[in-house]
Amino acid sequence: MTETHSRFAGKIAVLIDHAADGLHSPVRELLTIARDLGQPVAVSFEAPTAQVEADLAALGIAELIVVDIDADWHLTAVAAEGLTAAALECDAKLVLATTTFENREIVALTARRLGAGLVADARPEIGADGQLQAFKRVFAGTWDVVSEFETERAVMTVRANTVQASTVEPTAYPTRTIEVAASAWAKSATLVTRTLHEHTGATRPPLAEAAYVVAGGRGTLGDFSAVEELADALGAAVGATRDAVDEGWVDHDAQIGQTGVTVAPRVYIGAGISGAPHHRGGMQAAQTIIAVNTDPETPLFEICDFAVVGDLGEVLPQAAKHLREYREQS
Amino acid sequence: MRVLVPVKYVPDIQSDRRFDDDGRIVRTLAEGTLNELDEVAVEVALRLVEADTGVPREEHEVIALTIGPADADLALRKAYQLGVDYAVRVTDDAIIGSDYFATARLLSAATKALVADDRPIDAVVTGMAALDSLGSVVSTLLAAELEWPQLLLARSLQVSDGRARIERELDGVTEELTAPLPAVISVTDHIAAPRYPNFSSIVAARTKPIDVWDMSRLAIDAELVGQSAARTRVISAAPRPEKDPVIVHVDQGEGGKELADFLISRGLV
Ligand SMILES: Cc1cc2nc3c(=O)[nH]c(=O)nc-3n(C[C@H](O)[C@H](O)[C@H](O)COP(=O)(O)OP(=O)(O)OC[C@H]3O[C@@H](n4cnc5c(N)ncnc54)[C@H](O)[C@@H]3O)c2cc1C
Ligand SMILES: Nc1ncnc2c1ncn2[C@@H]1O[C@H](COP(=O)(O)O)[C@@H](O)[C@H]1O
Repeated sequence: MTETHSRFAGKIAVLIDHAADGLHSPVRELLTIARDLGQPVAVSFEAPTAQVEADLAALGIAELIVVDIDADWHLTAVAAEGLTAAALECDAKLVLATTTFENREIVALTARRLGAGLVADARPEIGADGQLQAFKRVFAGTWDVVSEFETERAVMTVRANTVQASTVEPTAYPTRTIEVAASAWAKSATLVTRTLHEHTGATRPPLAEAAYVVAGGRGTLGDFSAVEELADALGAAVGATRDAVDEGWVDHDAQIGQTGVTVAPRVYIGAGISGAPHHRGGMQAAQTIIAVNTDPETPLFEICDFAVVGDLGEVLPQAAKHLREYREQS
Repeated sequence: MRVLVPVKYVPDIQSDRRFDDDGRIVRTLAEGTLNELDEVAVEVALRLVEADTGVPREEHEVIALTIGPADADLALRKAYQLGVDYAVRVTDDAIIGSDYFATARLLSAATKALVADDRPIDAVVTGMAALDSLGSVVSTLLAAELEWPQLLLARSLQVSDGRARIERELDGVTEELTAPLPAVISVTDHIAAPRYPNFSSIVAARTKPIDVWDMSRLAIDAELVGQSAARTRVISAAPRPEKDPVIVHVDQGEGGKELADFLISRGLV
């Protein structure tokens, strides 16, 4: 456990977006981080399923707060009021959430109400002085920025694959339900419909949390089969550039970049992608970057670790074949 | 109908972006530009008033407003080229170093000042993010300050009978929302492509007036904005250390195997 004299130690409220089949890995990572920094208090808008309860116990939470709010909590303004109430209820000095667009809205409004400092898409760290710091990579991966909080409370969103989630001996924890009344402002917009996307390729991990990502761009000329083949050999998620989405070759959910999903996988492989700054902004934090491109001058090569100058239609299936063979042998 | 578009002056994404010794983003005239996503917001605002053909275009108004130093006029000139009708820049020594929360407060106070100036606002349309800081938070904070409904990350927008309706696409889910006007609407880059200014609008934009407002125009407590009110402080900003040089393999039939071997030899699979 990290030695911390941070004034943000103590209770740490963690917003858990969960699924019936258990906690997703970014949430598990957040709870692991919170356990290192203090005592994690999980905050949920739904009563947990048995699987979620078991996961929370194994992640060593100190407490679960279920927020019962009198409005649709899918409205981010409503969720923010619930999260704020939960943070005040347990007197959390630090509030953590995963990096999604809806959580950006929720945490911004929560920080506003708590009078807290906010750093989005960062990694919490304890500095040499024992204080909480927010580490962030910016400008398409070219600069590192560290911030501290001037406020009594702090709010952060943390991207996936920041730490390896770990579990502890399952412990029983208390559950509290709090009733919250949403403000008239929070309810002033109406959610008319909410449609879950059909999960195509349900066998692949969700892009935002995947440890491996294989992404394709315009260079695929619309044929993503080589990208998918390598993705499946690696157990990777499939990503894409905006151009590939605009062409209708892949779903919008697959878009990586400044106006799409931000990924930070262990390995990112970009094929037929030039590496525009808009795209790099969404994958700059990947630990290892591999690019496959016919053009030796392509900008993505400037930030990668391993570059193959070649045709993705040849290179990716061959790589997939070798990886499958390697798997079978070992 | 009157639509306000808050626009930000940011370093060009293609330029060599950097921080100064105080941890602030360097914005020089040579590399500064109108945030690309705010061009989309201007486009959407223009389409809203152009679609309302029951009223002559001159009776509608699209206003661009920025908070920033004199160089930020460049962003407003660009907005004029695209076709906005009026531009305001809010600037004051007291607001240097403002964080997201102070920026939203200032934008809210400026919106109210416009309304008090007999320019009632029907909608605020913002970009989905400023491409320098990628906050994606000012729009929601502004809605909260104004206590106007928020319709954020719109990839489509319809306005009729004093209500707005949007569709937004999040990770794995599509939502439709409605709200009465006035509302704060943020738009994604998928909603529309910004128009290209023509030569005459580029020339005309050079001499269009920009109103410059200082804090005296805004009903806002100076204590709540600027560096001293900032809730976070940058303690270090440094260019990332050089990576190991990239290993380049030119495929001659073995490229895929080389790729697989790289992953295997690094223990990555
Ligand atoms: C406001 C704004 C926001 C944006 N947001 C995003 C975003 O979030 N995400 C995003 O990705 N983009 C975004 N973009 C678009 C971005 O600027 C680029 O246009 C886009 O990323 C380019 O996509 P690409 O690399 O697929 O295509 P290209 O730039 O056309 O590159 C295709 C590459 O494929 C290579 N190639 C061709 N054939 C082969 C082959 N057989 N094998 C291997 N390589 C081949 C080519 O050499 C080239 O390098 C945004 C743009 C704007 C203006
Ligand atoms: N200094 C500013 N002046 C005017 N508008 C701004 C400013 N900062 C942010 N905005 C608006 O808020 C949107 C979101 O910005 P951000 O939350 O910083 O990503 C931008 O697209 C602009 O429309």
